[in-house]
Amino acid sequence: MTLFIEQCLNGLQFGLLLFLLAAGLTLVFGIMDLVNLAHGSLYMLGAYFAATFAAWTGSFVLGAVLALAATLLVGMAVEVIAMRRLYGRDHLDHVLATFGLILFFDELVRLIWGAGGMSLPLPSWLNTSVRILPGVDYSAYKLSIIVVSLAVAAFLYVLVMRTRLGMLIRAGASNREMIGALGVNIKLLFTLVFGLGAALAGLAGLMQAPILTVQIGMGENILILAFVITVIGGIGSIRGAFVAAILVGFIDTLGRAYFTDLLRLAFTKETAATAAPALSSMLIYLLMAIVLVIRPEGLFPASSK
Amino acid sequence: MTWTLNLRAVVVILLLLALVLLPVYVELTGSRFLLTLFTRIVILALAAVSLNLILGYGGMMSFGHAAYLGIGGYSVGILAYEGVTSGFVQWPVALLVSALFALVIGALSLRTRGVYFIMITLAFAQMAYYIVAGLARYGGDDGLTIEKRSQFFPPLNLSNKMQFYYLCLALLFASIYLVWRIVNSRFGLAVQGARSNDTRMRAIGFPTYRYKLTCFVIAGTLCGLSGALLANHTDFVSPAMMYWTRSGDLIIMVVLGGMGSTFGPLFGAVALLVLEEVLSGITEYWQIILGPLLLLVVLFARGGIDGLLGKVRQKVHHD
Amino acid sequence: MRNALLAASAALLLAAGPASAQQKSIKIGFISTFSGPVAVIGNDMRNSFELALDHMGRKMGGLPVEVIYEDDGFKPEVGKQKTDKLIESDKVDFIVGYIWSNVLLASMKSAVDSKTFLITANAGPHQIAGEQCSPYIFSTSWQNDQTPQAMGHYMNQKGVKTAFLIGPNYAAGKDMLGGVASTFKGKIVGQELTKWPDQLDFSAELAKAKAEKPDAIFVFYPGKAGVQFLTQYAQSGLKGQIPLYTAFTIDELSLPLQKDLALGVPGAQQWVNDLPNEANKKFVADYIKKYPGLRPSFYGAQSYDAANLVASAVAATKGNLSDKVAVQKALEKANFKSVRGNFKFNTNHIPIQNFYLQEPVKDQDGNYVLKTVATIVEDNQDRFVTQCHMK
Repeated sequence: MTLFIEQCLNGLQFGLLLFLLAAGLTLVFGIMDLVNLAHGSLYMLGAYFAATFAAWTGSFVLGAVLALAATLLVGMAVEVIAMRRLYGRDHLDHVLATFGLILFFDELVRLIWGAGGMSLPLPSWLNTSVRILPGVDYSAYKLSIIVVSLAVAAFLYVLVMRTRLGMLIRAGASNREMIGALGVNIKLLFTLVFGLGAALAGLAGLMQAPILTVQIGMGENILILAFVITVIGGIGSIRGAFVAAILVGFIDTLGRAYFTDLLRLAFTKETAATAAPALSSMLIYLLMAIVLVIRPEGLFPASSK
Repeated sequence: MTWTLNLRAVVVILLLLALVLLPVYVELTGSRFLLTLFTRIVILALAAVSLNLILGYGGMMSFGHAAYLGIGGYSVGILAYEGVTSGFVQWPVALLVSALFALVIGALSLRTRGVYFIMITLAFAQMAYYIVAGLARYGGDDGLTIEKRSQFFPPLNLSNKMQFYYLCLALLFASIYLVWRIVNSRFGLAVQGARSNDTRMRAIGFPTYRYKLTCFVIAGTLCGLSGALLANHTDFVSPAMMYWTRSGDLIIMVVLGGMGSTFGPLFGAVALLVLEEVLSGITEYWQIILGPLLLLVVLFARGGIDGLLGKVRQKVHHD
Repeated sequence: MRNALLAASAALLLAAGPASAQQKSIKIGFISTFSGPVAVIGNDMRNSFELALDHMGRKMGGLPVEVIYEDDGFKPEVGKQKTDKLIESDKVDFIVGYIWSNVLLASMKSAVDSKTFLITANAGPHQIAGEQCSPYIFSTSWQNDQTPQAMGHYMNQKGVKTAFLIGPNYAAGKDMLGGVASTFKGKIVGQELTKWPDQLDFSAELAKAKAEKPDAIFVFYPGKAGVQFLTQYAQSGLKGQIPLYTAFTIDELSLPLQKDLALGVPGAQQWVNDLPNEANKKFVADYIKKYPGLRPSFYGAQSYDAANLVASAVAATKGNLSDKVAVQKALEKANFKSVRGNFKFNTNHIPIQNFYLQEPVKDQDGNYVLKTVATIVEDNQDRFVTQCHMK
């Protein structure tokens, strides 16, 4: 039973990390109609910046804050230099151009930081376990990821629902031409939104860094999941991204954990260990395919078109 | 008499000539590696030709085309592992399974449009990737070595590198011709019409969904053939052949070479892979150029290499 | 016209002829991983190989040596591609390296088909020791099962009655768990194979192990995963509760990162840094001198031995590498001073060697070092040698 609770927490934690990544993606997609494959590169940069700044300042938290700021700046710079020229173009153009950006960023990181990857060690006050329930010891750091992610989700909710900027974002997601016609500074809005998305991606990247990885190409694998979540949740909808991300996080984690045991009833442990992660990944894609065929706008569509 | 000397035509003729004569050059200079490199280029050019059919002419942006490379490749690999090494069994299986897969994926995906189409083709391709990666018996992520190449009747011996090269080249030329015939037929013109305005085509009375699906299946089958060839070429298959970034590579070839042109995919494959070889010899950071290059092509040179070449025409007067 | 062309080609071919008996230099291709989190292993191997070349004046059998290093990017298909490139384009005389068993398995066909001698300086999948053994494949490391087998013996000696095994799901991981199972006399209450190399979160597996309450946990996680595992092992509260027994999880490369987490955790090894023979003392001392701040690991020691093995064969055949049979016999003699002491090949080209028990300790300067505590087995042979057709 305690194992099940732990697995659920793991699923929640993974789902929340995916949400941070997908939120930025769905915002950019919904408001600027921009398919940004290079979102994963911003996630990677967040991790690399955090590892570097934490090593320079000797403080994990300070390094994280600086990394966030740096990723935000890089995001805004990318928007001004490259993305602006892509608005209004065919989605194919977006895909190709941003795919090119992925290649560029991967090489740039290799040039600056070398091919060996980096590590971001946890400070000792986070490197312990916390007793959340009798018999259930959960990693303090993972708990903090959950807490921070929920806080950011709450912040986004307030931003989008209660502020003027949020109102513009929601309006832009449902009808882009209209807000331009209303006289809003579109250029600035777009840059801010893109920057926000970049910061969210960077946050996700730096948070997973101590427990998972900081290496070149780390964005490519998780980017696909982020897109899947965006599509399932509904393009432009943060609420949709939240629900879909938690769903995907649970399916992936619980699937990997319990499929193995399930398969072991019928097959060898090797077969089970090889097939289980494959099955749980497939399940997620199957879910997206079903959503696309039955309800293409997603679970919580933002667009009124 | 006035002839129009077209740079594109000259380049095509020279390139085809070079490809045909390559093995002779290799025999003379002993640089076997060149033969290996160009066999790979020819095989991937075939895959690019198949993608061009649906992407360049049909406007269907499939981000899961590399799946067929894997399906074709693993058909050969799995059968070889289980003791079936006859090419007469392996290759038809590869083509059939690819066609079936394309039929199912196409039938479901073509009900969507734009970015949704991209995502769903991607989803299916990733599913195929995970299925293959989940097969412990055939190596999973570690991949599967192919001990013996596809066997046909002697004197055709695929282990003979020169023979194999010419076989691949012949298949490439055949597929370029096939695609050319398709797009210039009434059927092909209808598909191209559907790319620019699907509603209008349907209003005129063309069953665009069926036509597009047919194209999709043909493209998938051709790519499956490419996969079977690739498996024989490398004597090895692994799920990595089908990962979504490989589909991206194929798309780059088609776009770089010139979408919707006959020889564009060949230009793209040659350019990309030769560039890769040459540049990686100069600096290990060559990929940093490739990224922005792609961006520039998208922004400024939409017709790709084929488009650029086509701009150069010279009227030649003969009396 | 066509006949003339063919005739001309044939003439040129004959003139070029087969590789002439006299080599101008010795070309060695070295494949390892130089990117990603495990690049530190590849660098250690390269450093050691270079050190060996320095020690022999960068000449083998009087001929200058050229080494081409290639990165397999931790992927079997890339390793195979690079192997093909080294054989076909660079036309190397020997291929050395290979950290990962899956990369080696994908690449070996190219070497065997082209009759290029391949010395694996780490990977030891059971296939190369058994049914796929080849006159062209040699190992200066071990067969994967040997090391965990030794650990299994040690666990018996320690009176461990029940064990839980955890490892990565790829060729080597399966070999490791299989190796322990073959010598451990107690009961194996559970086995978990994790997705490799993506899965770096072991909380689920550790939770399962905790639930089974075994006497001990055996684990195999090379490179960075070893650091992750020990970190999470401590975080799950198991440290101090259930003892760990390892193979290839704690080494000179990962120990500086694992620090206190690794103290007291035993590992089995066929080479240890403090082996008292002359060659080893020179290797370790000169390595520390040439690469300040670094210490060599067993990956490096195996690469150092590989260089000397190749050199011995080149010297014995006086540089006449076209006589493949002679080169093979020279390699089989293994007439060189190995850093692990006496070195002898079995009929399947896998070394017959001792295995030692190592434990991490903190020395008086506060550094984390590995200390040899005991010899577990002597002159150990791998268990697949009977499946090899070479006698």
